[in-house]
Amino acid sequence: MTALAAKRALAGGAAPPLLAVEDLTLDFRTRQGAVHALDGVSLDVSRGEIVGVVGESGSGKSVLAYAIMGLTDAAGHVRSGRIAFAGRDMLGEDPAQLSDTLGREISMIFQSPRTALNPIRRVGLQIADVLLRHGNMSRREARARAVEALARVRVPDPERRFDAYPFELSGGLCQRVMIAMAIACAPFLLIADEPTTGLDVTTQAVVMDLIRDQVRAANTAVLLITHDLALAGEYCDRIVVMHAGHVVEVAPAPRLLQQPAHPYAALLIGATPGATTRVDDLTAIPGGLPDLRQALPPCRFLNRCARSDARCGAEPLPTRRMGDGHLVRCWNPL
Amino acid sequence: MNLARIAAKRLLGAIPSLMGVVVVTFLLSHALPGDPAVLFAGPAANADSVAQVRAHLGLDRSLLAQFLSYVGDMAHGNLGQSLTTGQPVLADLVQRLPASLELTAAAILFAVAVAVPLGVLAATREGSLADHLCRSTVTVAAAFPTFFVALLLVYVFYYLLRIAPEPLGRLNDVYFEAPPALTGFYLIDAAVAGEWTTFRGALSQMALPAVSLGLFALAPIARITRASLLTALGSDFVRTARACGLTRRKVLVTYAMRNAALPVVNVLGMVFSFVLGANVLIEDVFGWPGVGAYAVKAVIQSDYVAVQGFILMMATLYILLNLLVDLLSIAADPRVRMEG
Amino acid sequence: MAPIAPLSAARPLAPPAARSFASLRAVRYALAENRLTLVAGVLFCLLLLCAVLGGVAAPYNPLATDTTARLQPPTTAHLFGTDALGRDILSRVMVAARLDLGMAVSAVAISFVIGTALGAMAGYTGGVVDAVFGRVMDTIMAFPLFVLAMGIVAALGNSVLNIILATAVINLPFYGRFARAEVNVRRDLAYVEAARMGGNGAVRILSGHIVRNILPTMAVQASLNMGWAILNAAGLSFIGLGVRPPTPEWGIMVSEGASYIISGEWWTFVFPGAALMLAVFCFNLLGDGLRDVLDPRRRT
Repeated sequence: MTALAAKRALAGGAAPPLLAVEDLTLDFRTRQGAVHALDGVSLDVSRGEIVGVVGESGSGKSVLAYAIMGLTDAAGHVRSGRIAFAGRDMLGEDPAQLSDTLGREISMIFQSPRTALNPIRRVGLQIADVLLRHGNMSRREARARAVEALARVRVPDPERRFDAYPFELSGGLCQRVMIAMAIACAPFLLIADEPTTGLDVTTQAVVMDLIRDQVRAANTAVLLITHDLALAGEYCDRIVVMHAGHVVEVAPAPRLLQQPAHPYAALLIGATPGATTRVDDLTAIPGGLPDLRQALPPCRFLNRCARSDARCGAEPLPTRRMGDGHLVRCWNPL
Repeated sequence: MNLARIAAKRLLGAIPSLMGVVVVTFLLSHALPGDPAVLFAGPAANADSVAQVRAHLGLDRSLLAQFLSYVGDMAHGNLGQSLTTGQPVLADLVQRLPASLELTAAAILFAVAVAVPLGVLAATREGSLADHLCRSTVTVAAAFPTFFVALLLVYVFYYLLRIAPEPLGRLNDVYFEAPPALTGFYLIDAAVAGEWTTFRGALSQMALPAVSLGLFALAPIARITRASLLTALGSDFVRTARACGLTRRKVLVTYAMRNAALPVVNVLGMVFSFVLGANVLIEDVFGWPGVGAYAVKAVIQSDYVAVQGFILMMATLYILLNLLVDLLSIAADPRVRMEG
Repeated sequence: MAPIAPLSAARPLAPPAARSFASLRAVRYALAENRLTLVAGVLFCLLLLCAVLGGVAAPYNPLATDTTARLQPPTTAHLFGTDALGRDILSRVMVAARLDLGMAVSAVAISFVIGTALGAMAGYTGGVVDAVFGRVMDTIMAFPLFVLAMGIVAALGNSVLNIILATAVINLPFYGRFARAEVNVRRDLAYVEAARMGGNGAVRILSGHIVRNILPTMAVQASLNMGWAILNAAGLSFIGLGVRPPTPEWGIMVSEGASYIISGEWWTFVFPGAALMLAVFCFNLLGDGLRDVLDPRRRT
């Protein structure tokens, strides 16, 4: 199938999800043994929806994002599972096929845009680099398209900003450049890894609105990696909660915020300042993440959980259906 | 800010260094314990000639007055007369400078041409054989005394293998005649005049000294190339470039290598200092008719006037080379340009 | 620089799994380096032994000439051969260790003490003192260093002491600038502020609180600097400054042996040159090893 045909096929109706991660298990090999960074992770993202992946630092959400992009470090090793994008097996792609896909069909937005952009290359050229790589066009054309892309993310005076270096722009503007770069080739899937970290609150809203606009305008699918549950609640259609390399709960965003089923999700909500909670009511989650180099019990939340019983440490976790599109992996859901 | 204005600003910035250099060379001879008249009169002097020198240098005047006349002389291009050659020191130095410059330039070119690819290879294949080779080369090269390497090379290539010419100067004047002087660089002059046998002769004389001098400069350049390229390859913006599907080549050249260039350019300043110093030793070994060999001869014969002139010239040259490094780093990194 | 971190570990929010992976690699790296450090340690002990015992351990009198045994290649009687005057090269190489290492150690010690003291003072006081200090250091650095050393020896007079002084002067900026920068950064830190409020004077704060904290890094600098000081001193004697024949010294021995290259008597310059090289190599490796232990962040 040609790329164009693939695009047409994707555009049509109620197809299978654009991205399907199935039972992904990933280790990092180290001298002190394998680090079990991801264990049996499954999730899917369809066109036109924003799926949030939330969890504390170290829960494996970024590792998941990099695995989907095929950018895992050389020490990373996928033990089992599948990553299907538009029906293609991403894990089986060779580097050349993968690099044809990246930036064109799947794009990524990174946190700390200042360091994520090449500090000594004009920002416009960095966007043009992506366009030239994936589109058959002249330099002049690429420049015009890059200026257009800057305008699309509402960078004021895009003609002039094309020639700016990242250090001449504010953090918010850099992040817009980053988004312009990511959506320049109109990707089907956008992975945003903590896109608002380090930005002030108003800029955060601007950035998230830009991402949502892209979804609405181009029917793009978005995987939003964030530790900010409030942000995910506001912008996402569905939320995936991760803990220590496990997906523990998946639910539509409003339902998850109101009726979390997994004890960890509930604690996470309790620890998030938002409209419904006052700062005084915030509670910290007890304990820390388990050491992922050790042999782990079936439930990795076991030692931090108030509801655990004998089954949690002995038997494989059940996946329970709590409602429409609401799954939880727990013996004793709330 | 445009480049010309920055260059002018940097040029002005070099003036205090130049003044410092003049003051230091003056103090070395005039304000230290010992009698400068004896120093300048040289080893063969008797009481009369010392007195003559004392009067000529005005050593009975105040230090400030002496300094002013010293600077005045210098401004007129008068660095004094060499005791050994009997010529004005400036004329001696200017006549010998091209030989030294050609050797230094060839050595630096050799060092960069070997060290940069070596560093790039090591960084792109971290942990591989090439990487280990690079790191051991760097460690060993940094420990080799230049003059010792030079002698080893002469022994192997001249005495044992008989493929290098006798280590005596720039051109074997039995077979060759110096090319018509244009730049004073034999290789360039010979090429311009189309005298290719002379060119080959000059090149074969140049090879060993340039390589021994270049080996010395190789270690810091390879080391910094590897380190800064590794930093660049591990950086967020290279990850971004990969995530955008840019080709390996584009990521390496446009993104990683250009960012790694600045530290490499900056280390050149230090390398120039090493090379200009080691140049003296190499010229001594190879009978190279440059300013270094001239200075060694002057030092041994206690011809202090000539030594002083040499130090001034080398310091000036070094300051100019540092200026060049500055300009290169401005070209390499827009952020430096902004700092002005 | 740190060994390259895996993509995922370079990110501040990376899982602990990936992060511990990076530190593991660092340990492995340090261990691999340690074998070399061990070699350097053994070499160092050997050099030290030569320097201390010198004449006692040497098989021959390093100054004794023997015209019947001129320019003999290495044999069991003369392991390193003999030179043009029939002197035993092995004995001369061994005895020279004391002078060569002595010159380098004294020079480094002088620049370490004076450079650190001046730099710390400049960094702490700031203002005019600092400006003058900076200007002086810049001026020293404006010379190609070996050339300046040549000039100093030529002006002060041709002696071993002046070689040491010259080597010390050209190394001064390394210590001075480093100490200045470190003190300048630490001057306003909380623990220094606390000491100041406790009524401690400037000298006391500097020596007791600041200098003590920067000493490990300075020690690494010093040991890396040793090799360069050895090269410098030997280079000066190679061109005929300072040390005079018949004193055994590596640089001058190489220079004396150089005349016999074209007739193929390689041992006259190879052994002293190799001794010189090994000494420099040894201090460079020790410095690297020391840095790995004391200051792992600065690895390159």
